[in-house]
Amino acid sequence: MEITVIAEGNDGDLHPVTSQLVGASSRIGDSVTVLCPGGWGSAEAASIPGVSKVISIEGACFDTYDCRVWSKAISPLANGDLVVAAASPTGREICATIAATRSIPVLQDLTGLEEGIVATRPIFSGKAVEECSIALPCAISLRANAFEASQGEGMAEISTVNVDSDVSISVREALAKANERLDVSEANIVISGGRGMGDPGNFSHLYEIADEIGAAVGASRAAVDTWEEIPHSMQVGQTGKTVAPSLYIAVGISGAIQHLAGMRTSKYIVAINKDPDAPIFGVSDYGIVATWEEALPVLKEELCRLSN
Amino acid sequence: MSANLDRGNCFRRGMTVAVLIKQVPDTTAKIGISGGFVDESAVSKWSISPYDEYALEAALQMKEAGRGDLVAITCGPSRASKALTEAAAVGADTLIHIEVDLENLDSVQTQSLLAAAVKRAGSEVVLCGKQAADTNGGSTGPGVARLLGSNFVGMVSEISSDGEGYLADRMGPNGGERVSVPSPCLFAFDKGTSELRRPNVRGIMMAKKKQIEVLSPSDLEVEIGDSQVKLRGHSSPPQKAPGQKFEGADSVAEVVAKLREEANVI
Repeated sequence: MEITVIAEGNDGDLHPVTSQLVGASSRIGDSVTVLCPGGWGSAEAASIPGVSKVISIEGACFDTYDCRVWSKAISPLANGDLVVAAASPTGREICATIAATRSIPVLQDLTGLEEGIVATRPIFSGKAVEECSIALPCAISLRANAFEASQGEGMAEISTVNVDSDVSISVREALAKANERLDVSEANIVISGGRGMGDPGNFSHLYEIADEIGAAVGASRAAVDTWEEIPHSMQVGQTGKTVAPSLYIAVGISGAIQHLAGMRTSKYIVAINKDPDAPIFGVSDYGIVATWEEALPVLKEELCRLSN
Repeated sequence: MSANLDRGNCFRRGMTVAVLIKQVPDTTAKIGISGGFVDESAVSKWSISPYDEYALEAALQMKEAGRGDLVAITCGPSRASKALTEAAAVGADTLIHIEVDLENLDSVQTQSLLAAAVKRAGSEVVLCGKQAADTNGGSTGPGVARLLGSNFVGMVSEISSDGEGYLADRMGPNGGERVSVPSPCLFAFDKGTSELRRPNVRGIMMAKKKQIEVLSPSDLEVEIGDSQVKLRGHSSPPQKAPGQKFEGADSVAEVVAKLREEANVI
């Protein structure tokens, strides 16, 4: 089986999820071609073991994100039996557009992939798990952190394809910088606050701890809906992001079913809540019945002590 | 990033705005598994998928600004007609239900049906949610745009008219930005900046009488063929063993030690 992996770019570089895409692909495929839109990270992609070849797709159109035009540039090269992308917003859009171009089915956000091919994905944001078999050729996107990265050193050849097409989308103005903080869906540790934090200003305590341990800060839907200062991009749960970090720390979050759906597959869950009957304790590995005002200073101190 | 886009003078009169909506189990509903599959009959409440509601709200605002026709389109089994009635209760004018009783249409089948219905309605602008709250996939918007040959903008929170084209606020790979895009275009909505409207009693009464146009794949002249995706089964997420519970902030140090020694995650 020939597999085409669409590399995930990260501001001109290669996003680390790309080696996870290669890891999952090389386990079931015979050859893995990595396409690097915009030429981003092509040298790095060539050094991922399991990669047969890298095609760097270059052109001025990659300066502005236009799904239609990017997909048009990528599609002719994405001719494997299986097309694999990251389940990021752009990865999903491009994967779906290429699938529609080739009239092949697409399944998004997989957490399991076996020969056959058999795909596993959480549905209803994790309230259930679905297993499907998909006929080849098809396109899929994979969830970050759900697959082992390809480890070691490789040396694939790189070829370059130049594309010449105009984008139809133009940026009129930048409205807000991308959050420079780590995104909850990519972080290995997430610390989230709920309405129990009392005031959006109190999230500063979560940021301090996050900075200490390299975590991302998330929030419950209740917090996002209540406070304008807490953006929707931080929301963990069914109408926000689904996360599966190694460690999830929920502070002042009672644990509504929508929230649990978005974080219950985290490897370890710590909950800090003053209400001993809060549903969040039902999914926690370590539950601490305490107010955040009492618990967070100690948590910060202990984590500082460990990291020093 | 709430933007005060001027919708007042914008949308051309008589234009048709299409909104694609999907009926999903309400996000508050519990999901039960019976005989290896999700038990749909046990779903307590079905609703319009949340991101589709933002698309619907934006479509309503476009309709009001341009006095055009708002066509709501859904593809699904017979229960899905209720979602169209809900859309009518807040102001959708024309309701199209592509009724397909097959379980599990694949993306090629779904998208070709929706694209055919949009073409039939003659809409140059199409709005939908960025993903539905059941599979959370996000393939429909970009896929339908591709089949229509339209432009596509995803992760949109607000749109307005810009001469012959549109301005959209979106969360792009480099952050929030306002982009211009020519017509025809399909917009996939993230959470919007506008408050969602709720239907009033009159709207609900009127919507009940509103006719739904039910179309089959052959009415749309679409040969859908067989699904290339076969559902093998559903399961409940792995249940966790009961965790350990501690009282008071004094226990934090102990938990941190366990995270390092037992869990090995920090």
